[in-house]
Amino acid sequence: MTIIKTSYGRRSFLKTTALTSGGLMLGFSWLTSCQSKPEAVLELPKEWFDITGFLKIGENGLVTIMSPNPEIGQNVKTSMPMIIAEELDVDWNNVLVEQAPLNTAIFTRQLAGGSQSIRQGWEGLRMAGAAARQMLIQAAANAWSVPADEITTEAGNLIHAGSGKKAGFGEMASAAAQISIPKEVKLKEKNDFKIIGTSRKNVDGLKIVTGKTLYGLDYKREGMVYAMVAHPPAFGLKLKSYDASNAKSMPGIQDVFTINSYEEDTAKNVFDTTAFSELVVVTGNSTWEVMNAKKALNIEWEPISDYIDSFENFGGGKLDKNIPSGFESTAVHKAKMNEMGTKKANVVRKDGNPEAAFKKADKIIERTYTAPFLAHNTMEPMNFFAHVTADKAELVGPIQTPEFLEKTASARLGLPLEKIDIQMTRMGGGFGRRLYGHFGIEAAVISQKINAPVKLVYSREDDMTNGVYRPSYHAYYKAGLDKAGNLIAFHVRAGGIPESPIAENRFPAGAVDNYLAESWAIDSNISVGAFRAPRSNFIAGAEQSFLDEVAEAAGKDPIQFRLDLMNRAIKNPVGENNDYDAARYAGVLELVREKSDWNKGDKKGRGVAAYFCHNSYVAHVLDLEMENGKPVVKNVTCAVDCGIVVNPIAATNLTEGGIVDGIGCALYGNLTFSEGKPEQNNFDSYRLIRHSEAPKNIDVHFVKSDVDPTGLGEPPFPPIMGALANAMYNATGKRYYDQPLLGNQQILG
Amino acid sequence: MATFNLTINGKKQQVDVDPATPMLWVLRDHLNMVGTKFGCGIAACGACTIHLGDMAMRSCQLPVSQVGNMPITTIEGLSENGDHPVQKAWLELDVPQCGYCQAGQIMNASALLKANPDPSDEQIEAAMNGNICRCGTYTRIKKAIKKASAELSKSA
Repeated sequence: MTIIKTSYGRRSFLKTTALTSGGLMLGFSWLTSCQSKPEAVLELPKEWFDITGFLKIGENGLVTIMSPNPEIGQNVKTSMPMIIAEELDVDWNNVLVEQAPLNTAIFTRQLAGGSQSIRQGWEGLRMAGAAARQMLIQAAANAWSVPADEITTEAGNLIHAGSGKKAGFGEMASAAAQISIPKEVKLKEKNDFKIIGTSRKNVDGLKIVTGKTLYGLDYKREGMVYAMVAHPPAFGLKLKSYDASNAKSMPGIQDVFTINSYEEDTAKNVFDTTAFSELVVVTGNSTWEVMNAKKALNIEWEPISDYIDSFENFGGGKLDKNIPSGFESTAVHKAKMNEMGTKKANVVRKDGNPEAAFKKADKIIERTYTAPFLAHNTMEPMNFFAHVTADKAELVGPIQTPEFLEKTASARLGLPLEKIDIQMTRMGGGFGRRLYGHFGIEAAVISQKINAPVKLVYSREDDMTNGVYRPSYHAYYKAGLDKAGNLIAFHVRAGGIPESPIAENRFPAGAVDNYLAESWAIDSNISVGAFRAPRSNFIAGAEQSFLDEVAEAAGKDPIQFRLDLMNRAIKNPVGENNDYDAARYAGVLELVREKSDWNKGDKKGRGVAAYFCHNSYVAHVLDLEMENGKPVVKNVTCAVDCGIVVNPIAATNLTEGGIVDGIGCALYGNLTFSEGKPEQNNFDSYRLIRHSEAPKNIDVHFVKSDVDPTGLGEPPFPPIMGALANAMYNATGKRYYDQPLLGNQQILG
Repeated sequence: MATFNLTINGKKQQVDVDPATPMLWVLRDHLNMVGTKFGCGIAACGACTIHLGDMAMRSCQLPVSQVGNMPITTIEGLSENGDHPVQKAWLELDVPQCGYCQAGQIMNASALLKANPDPSDEQIEAAMNGNICRCGTYTRIKKAIKKASAELSKSA
């Protein structure tokens, strides 16, 4: 039987009535409750089925499905329309997909972040398809004078078995568009799915391999001016003065001027970053000319003063950030973090009596883990197109948070929200970097100032040194074992610059009687933000490396050790706020143990890790050999529980990518600072994983599930770092505590 | 400024640009051929790879004045219908995630196969090491190159 949850988190958007057939009737109250004013009850707009809605159907039966969410490489432009097509009951071959623009009246949560697009889109997309199908059925029923419930659909056709009548969706499309939106729709049973759960290739595949226009950087407009911005070379600096006389006289240069991306009174949200608000702008006729002129600028910078930056937080409320003045460096960061790691911090969870339990323990293990700042380094550097006129603004480009960009653009430009049009281009990578749309605001402010269409382009150096980085983190762990090797006390004290990575209610919380979690943070003027699996991207590897060492001290197999703890959390959990499902967690560990033949052969060069984040569970077993002091990853076996897998070929690809990315970040990723200045600014100094360093083979296994789908863009990424560190230990006999795991000795491979 | 006569994807093109302008920007800004991608500007990522003759070149470090009479092939001209064996293999294995680096990967891979139609795993890794894929599609890229190699040897 199909089970559909009627609420997610704080939202309850479905009214369900069981049908005798075993299906579900769904009311459309979801549409209004997904909006910012849940109390309002809106009629479903007819345009939904026309040009601006989720889908449109042509006379010939061709269907265009709008993909609502931004595409950053996570495959939503294929997999979200697949969900609509499934319920519409159409042949996927007759489906075209278009990227929808930002339209808050029709779509909800047009955001790429938190691995939530499929999870939060699931029911709405299904209903969009099912509603359209039901309207087509009603149109056929009217035309044929037969009861609607006698009409069935199959692959884009309407069929009335009794009379032998049959019509394509296209023949009924115009009549269907006149039919009022049904109050209730029936969703398919999950075991009737024909598209969901089958592999469908990337809808942009052919465009990608033939070099067609897709990305923000490719977008052009007649009369467009190219612009680049110069930002301070170090955090803690701001613009003092500039001399543009050389730059202005260079060929192809139109002008040099300054902008303030955010005015003091601009209403900002959590995705706005103001580290470098005042910028020197160079405009000209081509990217290359502007790039050269920018190098010829003569700019003087001066130190900032301490300030408080105020934002509207995600989900409402005000957020104040303390921004200290001064020039920060990695050496000082490390010293400060080491000091904080030894001091008592803010207790965020305490179960039992950890102090007493540690006193009783037979064995105590204490370890400390650290990780540096990371730059996102999307392959497509930041860029945006803007055309702002007196009465409207058109913004086109790669943005993970179009709704937030629209808000800030409206506030900054002094135009009402409905006068801001945002189109999302396919993105050359996101990883969290394009949640922070300051580059969109910059383009808009430049366009408003010069009254022309503008394309703002960042060089790689701009992109890497004007980042919204993954914070630097530190975690101290302490475990107490009794004589039998049972984990009787666990203590984690974690913090970072400028935020803590602690996840106090995740495993092993709930599995240990005496548990203590403490959290701390150090203010910084370096701009930071979400980076693929925020916080988890450090704490998972630290925790999983530590548990490996604790299991070894307990004399237990590392997988069995974890499973024993999870069994405890299943049968008799400690505390009430545990935010994971221990049975599903254990499930991926059991699956990876089986698929990797863990219990056969020796463990030399093998490492295991598992983690839960973004509502999904992942376990990895990684096999490597050390060659010339460097790990060569021979194989990764991966088990994933993300509920229903919408598009297996893409889900596998995304998981493989998370594994490769995780290995690369853990081994090489390192952004350091000296006198406030990022010391790496391009790929000759910032090391990304390359072909020869990727695993030779990756086997991905999904847990068979009929649970509604959860996230996948992030979950495979964090735990691979633990599996890698543990495998390196099992190959070398040496534990690895600090990322980058290979230290600073390797620059280019 | 100077005038350059170029042969790109079999077509004669004339541009009037600064002789130091890299081919990357000639293609993207002056000829509106945006399939060749900007990634780093220092020949360290491979996103801008084109063919100069049969050779894979980083177009961000290739001044237009150095092209001479050599024919240029870009991703737009690798095949007429996107059916070069490398492109076909990329589609069959659904290689791209974000897709941004893939034009450069494909141009590099097709040059590799032209020079060495049956490369070993190690030769593929060595030849492709200069092309970064931030999404981590390396294992699929390798499989696709081997698939294209098999296809080429069948048709040879």
